[in-house]
Amino acid sequence: MKCDVCHIREATVHLTEVINDKVTKLHLCAQCAKAKGDEMQSHFGLTDLIASLMDFEPAAVGREELKDKCFKCPVCGMTYNDFQKTGKLGCGECYDAFKKDLSVLLRKIHGSDRHIGKMPFRGEKAVKDQETLSRLKAELDRLVQTEAFEKAAVMRDRIKEIENKITGE
Amino acid sequence: MKLDDFLQGKSEWLKGEGPKSSIVMSTRVRVARNLNGRLFFNWADDKQREGTLEAMLSALKKSELLKGALCIRMEDTNMLDREFLVERHLMSKEHTLDVKYKGLVIGDKEIVSIILNEEDHMRLQVLQSGFNIMEAWRIVDDIDMELGRYLTFAYSSKFGYLTACPTNTGTGLRASVMLHLPALQITEQMENVYEAISKLGLTIRGFYGEGTEAFGNFFQISNQVALGHSEMDILDNLERVINKIIIREEDTRTYLAKHKKQEITDNIFRSYGTLKSARIITSRETIKLLSSVRLGVDMGLIKDLDTGTLNELLLLMQAAHLQKTSNMKLNAQERDIKRANLVREKLTGG
Ligand SMILES: [Zn+2]
Ligand SMILES: [Zn+2]
Repeated sequence: MKCDVCHIREATVHLTEVINDKVTKLHLCAQCAKAKGDEMQSHFGLTDLIASLMDFEPAAVGREELKDKCFKCPVCGMTYNDFQKTGKLGCGECYDAFKKDLSVLLRKIHGSDRHIGKMPFRGEKAVKDQETLSRLKAELDRLVQTEAFEKAAVMRDRIKEIENKITGE
Repeated sequence: MKLDDFLQGKSEWLKGEGPKSSIVMSTRVRVARNLNGRLFFNWADDKQREGTLEAMLSALKKSELLKGALCIRMEDTNMLDREFLVERHLMSKEHTLDVKYKGLVIGDKEIVSIILNEEDHMRLQVLQSGFNIMEAWRIVDDIDMELGRYLTFAYSSKFGYLTACPTNTGTGLRASVMLHLPALQITEQMENVYEAISKLGLTIRGFYGEGTEAFGNFFQISNQVALGHSEMDILDNLERVINKIIIREEDTRTYLAKHKKQEITDNIFRSYGTLKSARIITSRETIKLLSSVRLGVDMGLIKDLDTGTLNELLLLMQAAHLQKTSNMKLNAQERDIKRANLVREKLTGG
C-alpha cells in the first residue's frame, strides 16, 4: 500500500480514528508520518505512538519494550520517559504504573523497594501500636537474618516496650 | 501574627541550648507527604495546584496542634520576605521562586513549619535547638498523625508514602543535624568523616558555602535512605553516627587545649578582636570568625559570651535579615557596613 500523502513510499504507519461519527483511516510512510506529527496529534492524539515507531528500528526493539516506552500513567499521563527527563513523578499512581522500573530504581537509591515504616492514621491508637509491632517484628527478622545483631537488640527492646505499653493500657 | 514579628521573638532553634549544644547547633526532622488522588505539584496545572493548596489550608485550620500558626500564601509576600524565611530555615530556596499556589505555615516559636506545594504537596518540618532527633521526630509524628485524620495521603503498602522524587519514597523522612566541627577541621580529620559517612547511608555537606567547600566549619549530616527501614531505625542510625562524631570532636578539642593551647588561643582572640573592631565585613568572613569565637566559648577561653548570642549573630548577619532590621534595601557594600555595626554592637554593647 502506498502512502496517502506522498503516494510514493510504502505506508508503514496505519491510523484509524473516529471523528464526528466518521471513521478516518490514514496510511502513511515513516517520513510523512513524522512530518505530520503535530497535525496528527490534534487529529489522533497519537504522536507518542508515532514518535516511538520512528525512533526505533522495529527489529531492534521488542514489542514489550516498545509498549513500556510509551506507556502512560492512566491517571496523570506521564510516561517513564517524562520521568527520566525531570526526575520527578507525576502522581501517586505513577508508582503503580511504572512499578517494575521504579522498583529497580528504588533499590538502587535505598537498597530496598519495600516500605516498613509507619502508615497513615487508621483510627484507633491500639491499631497503630499493633501495626507498629508487626512492622518492627518483621524488621527484627530481617536484622537477625543480616546478622545486624547490635541493631536487632535495640529493636527487641523497642518491641518489648510497645508490648508492655499495650498490655499496660 | 505578622512576619516582621519574627524579628522580635527568638526562634527556638537559636537558643543555643539543648543536648550537646556546644557542638550541635540544631536538629531538623521533616517528612514529605502528598495528597491521594492529586497530581504532584510539578506535573499539575494551575487549577489542580490551587485545589491542592486550598484542601491543605482548610485541613490545617482544623488542627489542634497547629492552633495559632501563621498561614502564608507565598504570592502575598515579596522577595525580601521570602529570603528572610529561607535564612530562618523555615523553607527552601526553591520555595522563593514561581510562588503561585505555594504556601507556608509557621507554628509557635518557629519550631514547626509546613511547606505547601513545593516539590511535594506538603513538607512538615520541626527545627530544634541542640541534638534532639527523637524529640523533633515525636513532634513531627504527632502532627503527621493528626493531619492524617483530615487528609488522605498518597500511600501504598509496598512503597510507603509516595513522593514526587524517588529519593524520598517510603518514609518521606529526612533528619539533619547541623554540627560545628572546628577541631576536626583544624586537625584535618574531616576527610575521614566524609568517607565513613558515605558508607553508612548518610550524607554530609558544608552548611555555609557550596558542596564540600565549607566555611565556618558548620556541617549538615542527614540520612540518605528513606525506604526499607523504619523511621526509628533511620533516626537511630543517624543518632549513633553523630554521637560518635561528637565524641571525636570533643576528644580533639581536649587534645588541642592540651597540646596547641597557644596557637588556638591566639587564633580565637584574634578572631574575637576583629569582630569587635571591624567596620566593614563580609558574611563569609563573619561566619569564619564567629566559628572561631564559638570554639573559644565552648572551650571556656572566652567567658563573657554565650552560644545563644553567637547563634543569633549567625542569623541576623545574613543579607535579608540585615535589610529587614534596617527596614531598607541595601547593596552588598552597605550590608557589609551594617553587618560590622551589628556584630560590634552585639559583642561590645556599643
Ligand atoms: Zn509518504
Ligand atoms: Zn501518574
